[in-house]
Amino acid sequence: MKIVLPANERSMEKGISVSFGRAPYFLVYDTDTQEGVFIENNAAKSQGGAGIKAAQTVVDTGAKALLTPRCGENAADVLKAANIEIYQSINGSLENNISTFNKGELKILSEIHAGFHGKGGE
Amino acid sequence: MRIAVLSGKGGTGKTLISVNLAAVSKEAIYIDCDVEEPNGHLFFKPENLAAEYISVKIPLVDNELCNGCRICAVFCQYNALAYINQKLLIFDDVCHSCGGCVLFCPEKALAEKEKNIGIVQSGTSGLVHVITGILDTGEASGVPIIKKLMQNAPAGQEDVFIDCPPGSDCIVMESIKDADYCVLVAEPTLFGVHNLKMVHDLVRLFRKPHGAVLNKCLEGYDPAAQYCEDHGIRIIGRIPFDHDLGTLNSNALIAARENGKYREVFTSLLQKVREEVQDAAAIDFKR
Ligand code: SF4
Ligand code: SF4
Repeated sequence: MKIVLPANERSMEKGISVSFGRAPYFLVYDTDTQEGVFIENNAAKSQGGAGIKAAQTVVDTGAKALLTPRCGENAADVLKAANIEIYQSINGSLENNISTFNKGELKILSEIHAGFHGKGGE
Repeated sequence: MRIAVLSGKGGTGKTLISVNLAAVSKEAIYIDCDVEEPNGHLFFKPENLAAEYISVKIPLVDNELCNGCRICAVFCQYNALAYINQKLLIFDDVCHSCGGCVLFCPEKALAEKEKNIGIVQSGTSGLVHVITGILDTGEASGVPIIKKLMQNAPAGQEDVFIDCPPGSDCIVMESIKDADYCVLVAEPTLFGVHNLKMVHDLVRLFRKPHGAVLNKCLEGYDPAAQYCEDHGIRIIGRIPFDHDLGTLNSNALIAARENGKYREVFTSLLQKVREEVQDAAAIDFKR
């Protein structure tokens, strides 16, 4: 299955991005073939609603799960509509997160933070 | 004359000054444009209240007609639209009601529906007509409310005092657009200078005649006064840092109505503002 992680740089050894909507890249990783590709997050520079647009990108990859440190309300609504599970990532590299996910040790993200009414946009 | 009172952030005395200026003017209209946190009405406690709902238009999709082309979602610069699982999702709270998506949908699958975003409330307090804009929490933009507030106070003989929202973004621009004169309220701290610079840049951009009122003044060095001197901003008044004034204000009482001393302070400030407005008009006339 495909999973998505927000990334600061195009490197598996680098850390996961602290922001979902504003992350410069997404890693789209296939847990079956163990291959990943980095795609650009074209929502990163949006004025508002970045989370919504970023979530649309994730949906369009066909992924079944998103691993992220945080996620806004609107983005979570988009992901929910597409039946994508949101997992709480851990500190550390993308690689680490993927192996922890594979072991089934990541928790479902429980805390969805309220939006910033178009002014911020996670 | 229309006087806009601004400051870079809330809590600098913007409301104190606009409320008291309105209170010492003979007949005045006080407009609270600080729609996210209007508090002028707490001082005026207006009577004979009337309220009007303000609504904006947001898109409504007909899923039968929508073919998922996503032209609307790509167009929307606020990212209020997403197309998921063969369905268009519309996020009201980030929609800015530009109407673009409705216009561009090739299938005519989008229509507009009204959504309330807040109210405009008006009432009277003595000789002051008090108009308050109140934006519902979580709404994207208060600009439609400001526009309505401005329509409610057409240019006329009365003095109009506009209590602007804090900051310097588009909602503030909308509030000062028709003002004859801008009063910049500043506190005598370095942070106050930063806030003063923000609004000063804005009024210069709009070429509005303006002057500064320094609030909470103490003896000694005042960085806000220094900033005014360095940038040629006329200081039209100083409100002393004063325990009694603070107490009246924190009890939501209008100092100029309660106490002769403050009545004097604000009457002379209003006089100064009138002179400034006349000067500005004279300069404008000569141009
Ligand atoms: S533009 Fe019209 S048809 Fe295309 S996705 Fe949007 S609503 Fe549907
Ligand atoms: S009206 Fe404008 S802001 Fe609202 S969804 Fe349509 S395009 Fe986006």
